[in-house]
Amino acid sequence: MINAGLTELAAMLAQKKISSAELTRLYLDRIADLNPELNAFVTVSAELSLAEAAAADARIAAGNAAMLTGIPVAHKDIFCADGWRTTCGSKMLENFIAPYDAHVVTQFKNAGMVSLGKTNMDEFAMGSSNETSYFGTVKNPWDRTAVPGGSSGGSAAAVAARMAPAATGTDTGGSIRQPAALTGITGLKPTYGVVSRYGMIAFASSLDQAGPMAKSAEDCALLMNVMAGFDERDSTSLERPAEDYTRDLQRPLAGLKIGLPREYFAEGLSEEVARAVEAALDEYRKLGAQTVDITLPNTQLSIPVYYVLAPAEASTNLARFDGVRYGYRAPDYTDLNDMYEQTRAQGFGAEVKRRIMIGTYVLSHGYYDAYYLQAQKIRRLIAQDFTEAFTRCDVIMGPTTPETAFSFGDKADDPIAMYLSDIYTIAVNLAGLPGMSVPCGMDKNGRPVGLQLIGNYFSEARLLGVAHRYQQATDWHTRMPDQI
Amino acid sequence: MSLTLHDVKRVARLARIAVSDAEATIYQQQINGIFGLIAQMQAVDTAGVEPMAHAQDLQQRLRDDIVTETDRHEKFQAIAPQVAGGLYLVPQVIE
Amino acid sequence: MQWEIVVGLEVHTQLSTQTKIFSGSSTQFGAAPNTQASAVDIALPGVLPVLNRGAVERAIRLGLAVGGNISRRSVFARKNYFYPDLPKGYQISQMDHPVVEGGSLTILLAGGEKTVRITRAHLEEDAGKSMHGDFHGMTGIDLNRAGTPLLEIVSEPDMRSSAEAVAYARTLHGLVVWLGICDGNMQEGSFRCDANVSVRPLGSTELGTRCEIKNLNSFRFLERAIDFEAQRQIEINEDGGTVRQETRLYDPDRDETRTMRSKEDAYDYRYFPDPDLLPLVISEEWIVRTRAALPELPAAMRERFVAQYAISAYDAGILTSGKAMAEYFEQAVAASGGLAKHCANWAMGELSAALNRHEMELAQCPVTALQLGQLIARIGDGTLSGKLAKEVFEALWQGEGEVDAIIAQRGLKQVSDSGAISAAVDRVLAENSSQVAEYRAGKDKMLGYLIGQAMKAMKGKANPQQLNDILLQKLNQTRV
Ligand SMILES: [Mg+2]
Ligand SMILES: [Zn+2]
Repeated sequence: MINAGLTELAAMLAQKKISSAELTRLYLDRIADLNPELNAFVTVSAELSLAEAAAADARIAAGNAAMLTGIPVAHKDIFCADGWRTTCGSKMLENFIAPYDAHVVTQFKNAGMVSLGKTNMDEFAMGSSNETSYFGTVKNPWDRTAVPGGSSGGSAAAVAARMAPAATGTDTGGSIRQPAALTGITGLKPTYGVVSRYGMIAFASSLDQAGPMAKSAEDCALLMNVMAGFDERDSTSLERPAEDYTRDLQRPLAGLKIGLPREYFAEGLSEEVARAVEAALDEYRKLGAQTVDITLPNTQLSIPVYYVLAPAEASTNLARFDGVRYGYRAPDYTDLNDMYEQTRAQGFGAEVKRRIMIGTYVLSHGYYDAYYLQAQKIRRLIAQDFTEAFTRCDVIMGPTTPETAFSFGDKADDPIAMYLSDIYTIAVNLAGLPGMSVPCGMDKNGRPVGLQLIGNYFSEARLLGVAHRYQQATDWHTRMPDQI
Repeated sequence: MSLTLHDVKRVARLARIAVSDAEATIYQQQINGIFGLIAQMQAVDTAGVEPMAHAQDLQQRLRDDIVTETDRHEKFQAIAPQVAGGLYLVPQVIE
Repeated sequence: MQWEIVVGLEVHTQLSTQTKIFSGSSTQFGAAPNTQASAVDIALPGVLPVLNRGAVERAIRLGLAVGGNISRRSVFARKNYFYPDLPKGYQISQMDHPVVEGGSLTILLAGGEKTVRITRAHLEEDAGKSMHGDFHGMTGIDLNRAGTPLLEIVSEPDMRSSAEAVAYARTLHGLVVWLGICDGNMQEGSFRCDANVSVRPLGSTELGTRCEIKNLNSFRFLERAIDFEAQRQIEINEDGGTVRQETRLYDPDRDETRTMRSKEDAYDYRYFPDPDLLPLVISEEWIVRTRAALPELPAAMRERFVAQYAISAYDAGILTSGKAMAEYFEQAVAASGGLAKHCANWAMGELSAALNRHEMELAQCPVTALQLGQLIARIGDGTLSGKLAKEVFEALWQGEGEVDAIIAQRGLKQVSDSGAISAAVDRVLAENSSQVAEYRAGKDKMLGYLIGQAMKAMKGKANPQQLNDILLQKLNQTRV
């Protein structure tokens, strides 16, 4: 049961082999068992979940169920959900009960899916290891001394440990793809603007994008059918006709041109990851695809550009956390300014404060042109690299991360080492392209390796198909950690 | 380009984050490390390159001027640190 | 030394939209605290702005009316600072690419016309309000006003006195109300002025150091604040000091300005393009459509009034200072049968005085333009004397009915029957023989007395010109 894909679960629900309430309870029990150790969930409410399950069962009984009605899903704690505590991994929002639903949450509710709870994450999505969460680290289900990646580490661990059939995540610089890679699951970051950001707590507005995290590409496609779509409340939401993201799942790979960026296979890539990715590429060749060498010359610059743009946007996005209308307010202060300064000093963790200060600095008087504007110009050069590359190939492939999951504390005190680990994922956000991570092997310690697939704008369906055909031919995505 | 302790404190004040001298020193080191990384950007020739603010080159959509919101202040204020008579309370603002 | 005062104004006009600039909350004034503050307005985590078409439309109207350039592409930026009435910790405004660039406004002064250049006008959101009431020593925050659309209209430093600044502000106020983009209610803060004031030796072409005086929400405060501030700067200069650039507040109770913040602790607003909003693109077609729908503008109407109605430029200026007055005047002229000069005098005289006396706006005036026109027609055809007309006007104000009915009811019709007037004059001359004698002996001022007596005998209804002529004729028959 816990390995069943969404299609299978949907069939069981439709045939009344199981009720949504039973399915929900099964996952709530697994969470109760595993979460004390893994810490993937920050908030669980059996009461709220079971009420949603009961409503789903009623809908199924009434015969007006949608395809995924009754299937539970876990939400990254960055999405506001009416009546649910929504913390964004921060002390600042420790007691924040969201008074409204994010668009993504509404879409899942409309589909009749059941929320299993809110998953742990790096504070305000700033981190690559889930170590910045105020609610403690998340353990990687494959190796509990290793990080699950971040910032959607809770969602990744929840799916990997089968505490949820699927989950939502968000990706600003790799936060869906990197934890998916490190926990052996499948994750998709869509084209910027395909999924509404309304109700998703903003980190870097021009880069943030929500997407599905699940056991397979097929499941991600089904979740995209629920999540994606125009929302008039988000000015950056794209007005496009609805699409069926499963439409290309069976499309053969013969003739597919895979671009291999030279920069993604260069120094810094671990041997074990390289070997697993090469094996995956061989599999693709066997399936009829061709590979071509390409170049993304500005890849190195994506990190400095990102660490200017994202903190700049974040520094002002996080100004609303001031202790006035919601969230944490320091207990002691001398005056208004002190209330602000104490509230924000106590409410935010070290990584968030560091990034707010970097962002404040790069936007401050006299530095804007040298940092922010220069970063936006290089951002265009980075995007142009991809435009150029896609004249030569249909999809780009490479490793999602340079290494497999690292151990707790390895990089926690070295922000730069942490930042460099996002080298293969960040450029995709800067360009606004869709990207995926698909499990493609294991290292010698049994830690998963992720293969990254990058498509042109709006090529999600094709990407999902390319991933699905690989998953038909291999079984990496079906493997499960021990002890779960 | 590196930040002085004074820069760090100025930025912290602009961002309304209280920092002790000891914290400011740590932030100074870390932030300067990150600026070492960022410095790579300065060597890039971007003459004539249009800054990229958004992934898609689109224009702002406009909303019709019609009231769609209702009064939800009770629900919103249930999660506020301090309210009275429908107002959010803050330490005295001196003008 | 002779000093020259230099003033530029930044005016925040609240746009008369139904909803806020970035949310669907009502902008209605006076609601209970925070009942018109939506999730977007209170900046809940995760909410996003969507731009109101009505606010943009109004900005285009203003831009076209002042002959400015409507930016085909403008950008919204975040202006970052912390304040409890600013929920997001930034104000969404426009910085490098405002919606309107350039333009000008012609103002009428005692000595003639003057053109004040407009630098720019940009769209932005208003902040909430701080209430310093009795909340255990705390301040209360009401966010109903947060997100109300503002058009900030910035002038060049083209004004040379407080009087010019007030004339500009009044003209602009008249224009935004005329265009229907702002209700102009200054008590409710719909039209707020910031004045940039500096002084320089007369003849100098360089600008002196300026101070910005914030939030002047009446024309009188604007005038007094500029006068005080200019005098303060002149005194500093004459004492050999230097003026510091700073932001000052005007205190109407003490009639002085004082420091709010100096340049050293000026905010670093860290403007940058708001990533939640895309560039605002205004099509040529939208501009053409808006231009076609613009009403006749005050300046054009003023010129037309001078040409069409043969009234002075000064009178035409007053009559076109507001759209309501201009429309009232034109309707009255039509109803009077074209007695434009009379209508102008009545509109600026009796009518305006009555409105002032009753503290009323023209919109609430109980005397319609049609009624005033009919009344003036009755003056024109000799039915009413000026004096009787005032009585009819008063009756109209009291709602006693239509002009002719009031004249009939009160028997106010002027007597132009020369026989009746002649008889009354004869009677008066007979009864006042000593005064007649004095007049005939050369004491001219007795004439007034005799006219008064004759009019009294006629119960005030005699045609005054006729009565005058008859009386003089009879007196002079025997005067040497
Ligand atoms: Mg201003
Ligand atoms: Zn302003």
